[in-house]
Amino acid sequence: MDHPADLQPAPAAIAHAPTVRQQLFEFVLQLADTSLVLGHRLSEWCGHGPVLEQDLAMANIALDLLGETRSLYQYAAVLEGQGRTEDDLAYLRPATAYRNPLLVEQPNGDFAHTVVRQFLFDNYHYHLLLALKDSPDAPLAGIAEKSVKEAAYHLKWSSEWLIRLGDGTAESRQRLDKALATLWRYAAELTTPTATEAALQDLGLVPDYGALAPAMQAHAAHVLAEATVPTPQFAPFAQRGGKGGQHSEHLGYLLAELQYMQRAYPGLTW
Amino acid sequence: METLEKDLSRDDQFQARIDADVRIEPKDWMPDAYRKTLIRQISQHAHSEIVGMLPEGNWITRAPSLKRKAILLAKVQDEAGHGLYLYSAAETLGASRDQMLADLHSGKAKYSSIFNYPTLSWADMGCVGWLVDGAAILNQVPLCRTSYGPYARAMVRVCKEESFHQRQGFEIMQTLCAGAPVQKEMAQEALNRWWWPTLMMFGPKDSESPNTEQSMKWRIKRFTNDELRQKFVDMMVPQAEFLGLTVPDEKAQWNEARQAYDFGEVDWNEFWSVVKGNGLCNHDRLQARVQAHEEGAWVLEAALAHAAKRAAREAVAA
Repeated sequence: MDHPADLQPAPAAIAHAPTVRQQLFEFVLQLADTSLVLGHRLSEWCGHGPVLEQDLAMANIALDLLGETRSLYQYAAVLEGQGRTEDDLAYLRPATAYRNPLLVEQPNGDFAHTVVRQFLFDNYHYHLLLALKDSPDAPLAGIAEKSVKEAAYHLKWSSEWLIRLGDGTAESRQRLDKALATLWRYAAELTTPTATEAALQDLGLVPDYGALAPAMQAHAAHVLAEATVPTPQFAPFAQRGGKGGQHSEHLGYLLAELQYMQRAYPGLTW
Repeated sequence: METLEKDLSRDDQFQARIDADVRIEPKDWMPDAYRKTLIRQISQHAHSEIVGMLPEGNWITRAPSLKRKAILLAKVQDEAGHGLYLYSAAETLGASRDQMLADLHSGKAKYSSIFNYPTLSWADMGCVGWLVDGAAILNQVPLCRTSYGPYARAMVRVCKEESFHQRQGFEIMQTLCAGAPVQKEMAQEALNRWWWPTLMMFGPKDSESPNTEQSMKWRIKRFTNDELRQKFVDMMVPQAEFLGLTVPDEKAQWNEARQAYDFGEVDWNEFWSVVKGNGLCNHDRLQARVQAHEEGAWVLEAALAHAAKRAAREAVAA
């Protein structure tokens, strides 16, 4: 099997002006934090999945995200140029320094919540990577090119499950509706650019999220129709803040667990 | 009378095939007792893989580096995969996964007692890989040549992955032992807890293992419990020394005459007590599996209901 420890060496940074380099660092960090936090959440299912096949599938997605995380942190460390490592970035920053959107830190809940969270993320992630693989920033494009193949599988998995739960039993439908009502409010943050993202979009280094919207909406509409779920009528207040370091209460606990060893035994090699 | 003679001759023919090392395949005739023994052993093995995900799963969210986290997650995922191949191998004998799981959840079917011990520090991830997977490999490598074909073939794949798992466990121990004093202490403390329970993984003493003789005759099993336990000690004592650790057994000494290590007596009271359900984690491990199954039931029902609706729609369209 393909063992995740065998990663490509960290890519070399290409020449950017210092301000752009800083912005790119923040953006890459945001993507890395996002896949780390979601991968961590999915890994919480390991050994507790609803059926063995889905336990395996969720661990698989978690592993893909973790692999992407490592490439992104390694590249972020290169962009920053301060000698920090992937582990310094993952384990030694406070919650307020994390840049992941709120959606991915939301708890697993029941399987329907996990599926909805994954679907909202995958639909964004896949389409983002598809465009990002053409970024003029070669290292970022390289990471996107590798990860987009995995993201396509993730989107297939979460779309199929959303359809099964929506067009399954009365209970699965009720659970799905509840999960949609809970998590929909976090979807908009994914494609709402921060100032950093907007600046990079202006430079053409990061795709315009508005341009991703039609494909994302078309896919969501198709999946919801198959699931016999009307496009959510409710329009909850769109929660955002994670990408700016303002998180929900959940992230602190996640990081307390994630960072436990590095915090309890500082400066050691594992 | 005629039937009995026919059966006797079938038994003899069966044994002759076993003796000639010809693999038994699902469609071949086999004695009921052979089938039952295999279902018991394979399902027990599958359950051990699935329950075995829990003690290591306990550290996935706390792994100390991204690399360790990825390796540990991949390892626990491999165990889920092993569980799947083994359930499939047992299904070729006519057992259903639902029934096997029901037997696990009711406590009727057993799984390896080693997983009823808690994982209390990161060094336990090292010990589980190095010692527990090490013991599992010794038990399992001979199973690649076991007489039942689907089981033997599943084990070839399982053993390849297990040997990777064991290396990663040893490597965690090596890193700890080459690290700060606090890391080495963590490694020794974990070894102290895991040493004796891993010796118990080979099962009761040969004199108290009622199934061994028949299983050896059927070539389901190829070495006795005590033979494997000795092999394990001979392999692991020098490895512990290499790491700079001490196994918690004063009697573990090289015996020049026997060309093997002597070692102390396993606490068989503890062994039987944990087998009977009194280990620290017996209750929690089983509860975790039952809970996952019960809470997952609606997911499976939804998938089946959806598949049925889809099939009905396609039938109408066609």
